[in-house]
Amino acid sequence: MILARVVGTVVATRKDPRLVSNKLLVARPMDPHGRPEGNYLVAVDTVDAGVGETVLIVSGSSARMAAGMKDCPIDAAIVGIIDAIEVAGGD
Amino acid sequence: MQLAKVLGDVVATHKDASLTGLKLLVIQPLNADGSSFGRALVAVDSAGAGVGETVFFVRGKEASFPFHPTEPPVDAGIVGIVDQVHVPDPLPGNR
Amino acid sequence: MQIARVVGTVVATQKHGSFVGAKLLLVQPVAPDDTPRGGTLLAVDGVGAGVHERVLIVIEGRAAGEAVGRKGAPVDAAIIGIIDSVDVEA
Repeated sequence: MILARVVGTVVATRKDPRLVSNKLLVARPMDPHGRPEGNYLVAVDTVDAGVGETVLIVSGSSARMAAGMKDCPIDAAIVGIIDAIEVAGGD
Repeated sequence: MQLAKVLGDVVATHKDASLTGLKLLVIQPLNADGSSFGRALVAVDSAGAGVGETVFFVRGKEASFPFHPTEPPVDAGIVGIVDQVHVPDPLPGNR
Repeated sequence: MQIARVVGTVVATQKHGSFVGAKLLLVQPVAPDDTPRGGTLLAVDGVGAGVHERVLIVIEGRAAGEAVGRKGAPVDAAIIGIIDSVDVEA
């Protein structure tokens, strides 16, 4: 799973029917110190996250194990909203 | 999937038993404008491709699906030979 | 999933049987501001997308197979939505 910050929303009217009524958010992966890394991705929101929040994203086939996503054609799902990150040793 | 050019073939006598009889090719991934990107890799062929041809290949476990029910330990597989690519106006800045 | 721009089409006669009848599009992953990111990918179209459209792609094998109704097909990317708008904080 990866840490990411939610930076925006996506609207898509024409999409796979199994995605109807799911909220799609644009997220930027980040390291534990909050620095962005890697490419933006779009994830299905299963925990009611919002723009600006730090979230936990499960990717790959495991994304379909998120609530209500069985057999849906997705590869990334937001499964948690992060309250705090503590990193030993600092940087 | 990605586009690629077949650069050559690979011969390996000593290999995983489930790879016996499978054709292994060296391929170079291509961008939409035909330029190379990334590193060349070895892919198993299930489309009957040959050196010099433009193909498309799949990455990951799915590369083994054409050989079902055997599951050869492969992570890249050629699944089609490209006849034609039509790119009206590729985005600038492709790497 | 990733945001991508459809940049072209691909015609292939000789291909794995599970691709017969499937539309293959060349897509360029992009950032929310439309700058290209990484190399061009080939995706199976599950929603009727066209060149120049901004789309949502899934890059994972089983999900891509689900998207085009071809379980067990050797695909690793599929277009699952056409994007109307992306709203990103500045």
